[in-house]
Amino acid sequence: MKKRMDEATMARRIAAEFRDGMVINLGYGMPTLCAAVDLGDRVVFYHAENGVLGYGGPAPDEEKDYELIDASDTPVSVRAGMLFFDTGSSFDMIRGGRIDLVVMGAYQVSKTGDLANWGRTGRPAAGMGGAMDLAIGSKQVFIMMLHTTKEGAPRIVNQCTFPLTAKGCVKKIFTDLALVEVGGQGLVLKEIAPGWSPEEVQALTEPALMIAEDLKEICV
Amino acid sequence: MPANKVFASCNDAVADVFNGATVMIGGFGSFGGLPVHLIEALAKQGAKELTIISNMGGRGFEMTKLYKPGGYQDIGALYAKSQVKKFIGAVPTLGGLPFATPLEIQHREGKVDIEMVPIGTLVERIRAGAGGLGGFYTPTGVGTPVAKGKETKVINGKEYLLELPLTSDFALIKAHKADTLGSLVYRGTARCFNSVMAMAAKTTIVEVDQIVPAGELDPEAVVTAHLYVSRVVEVAR
Repeated sequence: MKKRMDEATMARRIAAEFRDGMVINLGYGMPTLCAAVDLGDRVVFYHAENGVLGYGGPAPDEEKDYELIDASDTPVSVRAGMLFFDTGSSFDMIRGGRIDLVVMGAYQVSKTGDLANWGRTGRPAAGMGGAMDLAIGSKQVFIMMLHTTKEGAPRIVNQCTFPLTAKGCVKKIFTDLALVEVGGQGLVLKEIAPGWSPEEVQALTEPALMIAEDLKEICV
Repeated sequence: MPANKVFASCNDAVADVFNGATVMIGGFGSFGGLPVHLIEALAKQGAKELTIISNMGGRGFEMTKLYKPGGYQDIGALYAKSQVKKFIGAVPTLGGLPFATPLEIQHREGKVDIEMVPIGTLVERIRAGAGGLGGFYTPTGVGTPVAKGKETKVINGKEYLLELPLTSDFALIKAHKADTLGSLVYRGTARCFNSVMAMAAKTTIVEVDQIVPAGELDPEAVVTAHLYVSRVVEVAR
């Protein structure tokens, strides 16, 4: 098996996109790892659906406070300027277009940027949580996911077969193999994991990928 | 004198929850915002055929140990005794959870109906109910299974779904402090659904860390006005 990037490396690559002053929401699961990345001089404000803006990284065990958690139930740390609000206000911010960027997980993304990240066969009671609101309301939707399923099937597909979260919402897909952008003409392979060729990534991707003229190796 | 809202125990505070009642339960996910003692009291009280409105469907005592050492009672306790006929919420369960939750098991057995609602829509339906509105149009869920059977409307060139209000007979709420009149302040992310649901029930029952005399809460900091609150119980957590 060829080596793929690990989750922490993926998180660092995504966090490289974070710009000073951005309001960023990190979705359930893997995306929460982005909050642990050191951003150097850049200051961003993490927003969580339950009702907090500007929290710090994951809280160390001795400082865990069950009334200071992100939307994934992870205790987070206090940061100067942090503030709280109710979940209704939180989703006003989301639908109202105040979130600059959301990073979410996904089961499937289609070639037109349709997103499926909640319902799967075999778990009919699995809910969509805040994903539908974040997908339609955020200024940009980034996806952080493994390039293929456990069985090796592509997650970047021609058409989603799982129930949709929202249509045409995804802008960039960060996987353990590549960075793929959803463009007007189709999917563009922009960056690729060290040691992998475009042909190898294409073989694990259902729709045809256009290769960016300035294709780069992912560097973190 | 206004009615005494201070109750001695959670058991007393939920004693009149009746069979067939609709009950909102505050919180978002895990321990912090959940009225765990009121939930435990409702499980003990035993009212059946309940419709539960809550963000999450609960994980059940065993799984709560993953979130807090020693575990705690969440909504899962209500399914164990078959008290629930319907769940309305955004996260009945999570795809990533290691094993099936009590709600998931009861749903599979056909004992509990589930109405799945995106979180932003759920909280807005509760606000609409609280504020006496007939509903609202939201862009969330357009083109997805959530849109099934719903009226749609194009407003300024964008498609929206009509969503209807939610109210309830009871709300179980966790707040940080109450005064003896019933005004509430919250702490940290434990505000979440609590302050919204507190406004949408006929009878709002609150567990708090501390009850203080009227006049001791900063009027600029009060989040929930006492007119929404029926009962408060002080519980050590």
